[in-house]
Order: sequence, then structure tokens, then C-alpha cells
Amino acid sequence: MSPPVAPPGWSRWLVPPAALAVHLSIGQAYAWSVFKPPLESALGLSGTQSALPFQLGIVMLGLSAAFGGTLVERKGPRWAMTVALICFSSGFLLSALGAATEQYWLIVLGYGFVGGVGLGIGYISPVSTLIKWFPDRPGMATGIAIMGFGGGALVASPWSAQMLESFGADSTGIALAFLVHGLTYAVFMLLGVLLVRVPRPARAAADAPAATPTGPQVSARDALRTPQFWLLWLVLCTNVTAGIGILEKAAPMITDFFADTSAPVSVTAAAGFVALLSAANMAGRIGWSSASDLIGRKNIYRLYLGAGALMYALIALFGDSSRTLFVLCALVILSFYGGGFATAPAYLKDLFGTYQVGAVHGRLLTAWSTAGVLGPLIVNWVADRQEEAGRHGSSLYGLSFVIMIGLLVAGFVANELVRPVHPRHHVSRPHETKEAADERREQHESA
Amino acid sequence: MSGESSTSPPEAPAAGPGRRGLIVFAWLWVGLPLAYGLYELVRKAAQLFIG
Repeated sequence: MSPPVAPPGWSRWLVPPAALAVHLSIGQAYAWSVFKPPLESALGLSGTQSALPFQLGIVMLGLSAAFGGTLVERKGPRWAMTVALICFSSGFLLSALGAATEQYWLIVLGYGFVGGVGLGIGYISPVSTLIKWFPDRPGMATGIAIMGFGGGALVASPWSAQMLESFGADSTGIALAFLVHGLTYAVFMLLGVLLVRVPRPARAAADAPAATPTGPQVSARDALRTPQFWLLWLVLCTNVTAGIGILEKAAPMITDFFADTSAPVSVTAAAGFVALLSAANMAGRIGWSSASDLIGRKNIYRLYLGAGALMYALIALFGDSSRTLFVLCALVILSFYGGGFATAPAYLKDLFGTYQVGAVHGRLLTAWSTAGVLGPLIVNWVADRQEEAGRHGSSLYGLSFVIMIGLLVAGFVANELVRPVHPRHHVSRPHETKEAADERREQHESA
Repeated sequence: MSGESSTSPPEAPAAGPGRRGLIVFAWLWVGLPLAYGLYELVRKAAQLFIG
């Protein structure tokens, strides 16, 4: 399958909905918790067992994005979206078979392993294409797509819950729900497969200006050999860890913070707080990422990491005295969490160019997998130790917040150390003489 | 590190009427489910203030 080149008159505004069709679908992964209670009662599973398909799915997301990135760059976005569609949908169909026959291993294999490959390939499938179509606004373009991943759970969560209510929460009802999910997502993602186009090469037509790569162009393999990649890896890892620090225990955290006050937070209000955090996460993806097109990538990460540390300090010092302050600070932190994800592809494009930006992005997502383990580990471990020591209320989280501030400061320093990539890592440009390449390197060294 | 780029957007001069219809259809395709999700989210988030 060769990359589909846009015909004359093709609008670039058709590419973001193509990307959204994929990201809104695979974002369903974050709504897996809807299936957990029915699976536990229908198949007699423990909480840990019912979380397995999701956990394996996230591991496969990281692995397939990291190892499949170069292939996605070579084969193009339509191939990648087709693979994502087949894997994600057949993951649900296998799970339907597993639920119908009460073979849980089939659900783990289907949703977790096969579907997880769809998550990873689908996540990176539109990134490179969007950046090529929107070289003037790469932050906004990737922000739209990555916002879709956040939005996918918002759509799937009530939809899946309603479906289970209609079909029943026994194994037959779950199987039917999985079947409908698989078929619906296949149709929904098909729009992305059909619509996605890559821009025409510069010399293909005279009537349409085309994207000509300028600036640095670094291969995915060489990007891993640069300090810039690992500094950015650290930046993303610390920013995501800080966001997960709140997200992981949002409901019990707000309840504990105000447990000893005159206005304790009810379970229903805590659920509302969690929903509001999801909104901030989504808004941050499109809002902050678009803002990075205006103020620059380094500056926006200064904001995420610097102001993020300040927000954590405010919660730690004054959070239990004002519910409004607590909620506002948490919302800002979560908007930075979403913004950090969405701005990363544009930052990579600035540093490594568009040459293999999708593949570089895939490798960077291993920072997400690491943070996914690190964030919950820190918050839960600290809270458990504090509880054992007889503490309660907001003091359960004080040490976690100090650790998060430390991590954000480390990320801030890493961001400050990011410099343009040395030209020795750049791929050779066509028609460039040795003298011209040497001159380019000298210019970099004197800059 | 500026976010600016020296490349111009690779868009054709103008999308024809057929393409405009396709653009509207494509955005509705993804926009309607997202609007449903946002509506459900707002309903739940309101519980923070009334719950």
C-alpha cells in the first residue's frame, strides 16, 4: 500500500477529522474500567485480573509505537490506520468470543495484545502527516488528534455503560457489547483510512505549494543518539508523572483533603471532580499545544514544568484551606499534563525535522509507559506509608507532592538544556555538495 | 526554540463545493460523538458543585 497522495484541490482540513476518527476510537482504552465490574461478576475474576487486558494494552501501545514507528513512516498513514483498524476491531471481536465462551485468556489476548498493537500504531499513525500538512501550526494540528485520544474515553464511557445496561452484565451481554464495539469502531475508523492523504511532493504540481522539508532532518535511529532526545524523554516523563500523581487518586485525594473540614466532599462531588479533570486534560491538549505555535515549544514546557511545580506547592501549602484553590490548581496541573502529550510531536519536529518524526515520537512514548508505572507507584506507596504511620487527611499526600515538585524541577532543568541538534546527525540532503554540508556544520558550531 | 516554520501550508488554492461538503461531513462524523461525550462530561462535572 503506497502512501495516498492528495489530488489537486484536496483540503488539509480533511486530515484532522481523519486523525480524530482513529484517536477518538482508540481513546476508548481509558474507559476499560466500565467492563471491569461485569467481567469480575460474570467470570469470577479479581480486580487485578480484570485490569490485565488494559495493562497489557498499554504495554503493547508503548512497544508497538516504539518498534513500529519506522515502518509507519515508510508505509504511510493509510497503511498504519488500516493496521490500527484491523487490530483494534479484531481485538474486540476476539474478546466477544472470549466472553461468549467464558475463556478469559481470549479477552486478554484480544483486547490486550491484538488491540494494544492497534493502540500504538493508531496513536502515531497521523502525527507525521499532520505535521507535514500544517507546517505553520504543527502544535495545533497534533493537539487536535491527541485531544481525540483524551476524548475517546468521554464518548466510550457512557456509551459502553448504556450498552451493558441494555444487553445485561452477564457473559452473553458482555460478548454482545464487545461485538458491537468492534463493528462500530471498524466503521468509524474507516473514515480516517479513506480520508487521509499525504501532501504532494514539491515538484509534483505547479498550482499547489507543497511542503518542502527545511531545517534539521534527523533519522529515528540517529535521534536516539542525541542528548536532545533523552532530555525530551525526561521532560515528558516528569510532566506525565506529575499529572498521573493527581489523576491516579483524584477522587480519594479530594475527599481526604477536606475530610476534617466543615465542608467535606461527598462521593458524588468527588466523581464530578474527576470528570472536570478529564475536561482540563482534553482542553490542555488542544489549547496549550496551539499556544506553543505562538510562544514556542521551549517556553510552553517552561510553563508546564515551572508553573506545574508552583501549583503542586500551592496545593501542598494551602490546598486544605480552600476547595476552590485545590480544584483550580489540580485543573491547571491536568491541563499541563494533556498539553505535554500534545506538544511533544511539534517539539520533536522542531528538533529533528519531519523526516521520521512519527517514528521518533513512537520511541518517545516509552517515557509515557515509564511514567504510567512511576506516577501511581509514588502516590500510592507514599499514601500507604503515611496511613501506616497513623496520618490522615491532606497529610497523606504531602510527601508525594514534594517528590512531584522535585521531578518537575528536574524536567524544567532538562528542558533548559535542550539545544538544536548538531548537523552531524542530520541526514544528507539531496543535491547537497560536501562543501555545502561542511558549511552547514560550521554555521551550527559558530551559532 | 521557536515553533515557527519556514514552510508554507501545502494547501491547494481553494476547496471546491464537493470538497466543502466532504469537510462538513467529516467534521460532523467526529464532532457529533465528541459532543455527546462532552455533554455527558458536563452533566457529571456539575456534581462537584451540587453534590
